[in-house]
Amino acid sequence: MNAPVSVNQLLPELDRRHLDWLEEEAIFILRETVAAFERPALLFSGGKDSCVVLRLAEKAFKNSLGQGQFKGRLPFPLLHVDTGHNFPEVIEFRDRRIAEMGERLVVGHLEDSIKRGTVRLSHPLESRNGHQTVALLEAIEEHRFDLLIGGARRDEEKARAKERIFSHRDSFGQWQPKEQRPELWTLFNTRIKPGEHMRAFPISNWTELDVWLYIARENIPLPHIYYAHDRQVVRRKGLLVPVTEVTPVEAGEAAETVQVRFRTVGDMTCTCPVESDAATPAEIVAETLTVTVSERGATRMDDRTSDASMERRKKEGYF
Amino acid sequence: MSAAVHTTSPVAQEADHRALRFLTAGSVDDGKSTLIGRLLFDSRAILADQLDTLERRAAGQPIDLSLLTDGLEAEREQGITIDVAYRYFATKTRKFIIADAPGHEQYTRNMVTAAAGSDAAVVLVDITKLDTTAQAVALLPQTRRHALLAHLLRVPSIVFAVNKLDAVADPAPAFDAVRRALLAFCEQAGIQVAGIIPVSALRGDNVTTPLQADWYQGPSLLQLLESLPTTQERKTGQLLLPVQYVAREGEGTGNQPRTLWGRIAHGSVKAGDQVQLFPSGELATVAEVRRAGEVVDACVAGESAGVVLDRQLDVSRGDWIGSPQSISASNRFAATLAWLDTEPAVVGRKYWVRHGNRWVQARIASIESRLDIHSLQASEAHELAVNDIGNVVIETQQPLPVESYQDNRVGGALIIVDPTSNRTSGALLVQAAR
Repeated sequence: MNAPVSVNQLLPELDRRHLDWLEEEAIFILRETVAAFERPALLFSGGKDSCVVLRLAEKAFKNSLGQGQFKGRLPFPLLHVDTGHNFPEVIEFRDRRIAEMGERLVVGHLEDSIKRGTVRLSHPLESRNGHQTVALLEAIEEHRFDLLIGGARRDEEKARAKERIFSHRDSFGQWQPKEQRPELWTLFNTRIKPGEHMRAFPISNWTELDVWLYIARENIPLPHIYYAHDRQVVRRKGLLVPVTEVTPVEAGEAAETVQVRFRTVGDMTCTCPVESDAATPAEIVAETLTVTVSERGATRMDDRTSDASMERRKKEGYF
Repeated sequence: MSAAVHTTSPVAQEADHRALRFLTAGSVDDGKSTLIGRLLFDSRAILADQLDTLERRAAGQPIDLSLLTDGLEAEREQGITIDVAYRYFATKTRKFIIADAPGHEQYTRNMVTAAAGSDAAVVLVDITKLDTTAQAVALLPQTRRHALLAHLLRVPSIVFAVNKLDAVADPAPAFDAVRRALLAFCEQAGIQVAGIIPVSALRGDNVTTPLQADWYQGPSLLQLLESLPTTQERKTGQLLLPVQYVAREGEGTGNQPRTLWGRIAHGSVKAGDQVQLFPSGELATVAEVRRAGEVVDACVAGESAGVVLDRQLDVSRGDWIGSPQSISASNRFAATLAWLDTEPAVVGRKYWVRHGNRWVQARIASIESRLDIHSLQASEAHELAVNDIGNVVIETQQPLPVESYQDNRVGGALIIVDPTSNRTSGALLVQAAR
């Protein structure tokens, strides 16, 4: 959660040192995942949080050549669960970035799960966000991953705020909030049984503001839709719904062109941009300091259905 | 107000870049969630949509700030906090991470989770539950238990927030009576008190804005939290570095240079230093020190260092790097055990323990005593049940370089894990090697 304080209250020194501390913690967690697990993978969607985790992984496992360039290869593949409803700009960015870095990408396609019959849609334009869980768990099983590194942050949502840094999943991939292991110091209990796996969240303690400060400091490349651009939207239930083939203009609505940016990037059917003219990470930092609506509140249609919608999805294995 | 308040040392000021991590504890219904809601609300860390949800639920009544923190369905159903939630807020001078711990006795293990690694503990005391006219005010068991747990886990600063002052007719003598009871309890238990602060979380008195009252001239809770020190590592003296991860350059299994990564427990390391490896005992010279992808001059305690040695030695995760002759190990040591598992601790049964980055088999050789939370007396015991705290002797299958927890959290902390369920059954704090 970010306090809507004035820009004058931003203390560069405080924030710089705080970022160093967050970076240190995240790198420690990333090294732990590789040291303690046999088949880890890094969840990479091309979103800002996973781009930050990717940079942290480069720092943890590669040698720096300066200017954001690194030598070497990550000790794990990247995994993306593609719903088929991703913003094309983000998929294009994902593929370009991974090719530049020479990393290995594994994609789990929701379409494949639909073909297999493990996912049944009740109607063709239904949000596929919740169904990602099935494709994710199928990818975990197929590749026998025993740990997934995710970019979730505790400031995003109330159920996330409760989750451990190393989070145990049973053989059905389920999170059991009442059965969480005590997490003492940094003595992570990484012991699992065959068929179980864990999730690790190296940027648990980061806020949306920290993420943007770090993107600005490290010059981390992002899909351009994170920055101000013109887009066709309709206003629906207080949100700006982007006009796409899966979220068409409905009867009685009028599309308009608005200057927007995305604060979060997920499935096209449930992710909305916000009005903004912020075109650089520094401008987004300044804007983040003054926002009055939370990241999910401003941008997600699917979290609004109930106070517990995220928790229910997480219990089923969502990330 | 005469309760001792921490003075901020120059060391603490230097460390102010760190977020202060604090936990909140106390009995169910003492107002923890309301207090946190109030801290977030008054420091403007609550955003409009979150407030909106609260207003909708309140349906015209005053909003319930406690609803901000209970994030699980079961918590809202039962109106209690089950697990730790982490919250973030910042003031002009400091960032904060709150670990909102449950008050319910059943979930003490989660309170222990919140306490490990915290710089401070705020223990809530509900003044309306106490008979403040009594000769000596009797504190609630959970107040004592949580303060004691925080103390045993060596949370550096322990603060009491005496809540619901708004519900007391004559707050000055009532607060004074509770304050005296807390000080007496803390003195008896050996707890150093960082502050005793009267607050009304409901009304917002003395949480972020100082109390306007002639009977209280101390700081507000937030002012006190802004001044507390963060935990400092010992950056000078002998090096102790647990090897977390061994990285080989490039592909293949040959004799590529290897980097030994680990977060330094105490001391520092630089190129040219003589080091000794544990358990092999071999000596080597540090050829290069790395940090986050870059070659650096030196690394200090708290930082993860990548050490490249001048020669190839067999080193793996779990080993230790130290100054020559500085590491001694033992396979038998005394420890305080906070038992967190519903299965009781069994003497003689084999468990896994994790010390640094090493997992070894271990058994509880004996249970010396169990602490009675009411009398604070240690009594003889043969068993430790869930939420018990006792003194035990541990035997490990391999010698471990344990240190006293009081001296060093890294060298003195272990977790004990049930080999059947893989549950984290307990926290071990080393008293002394035997």
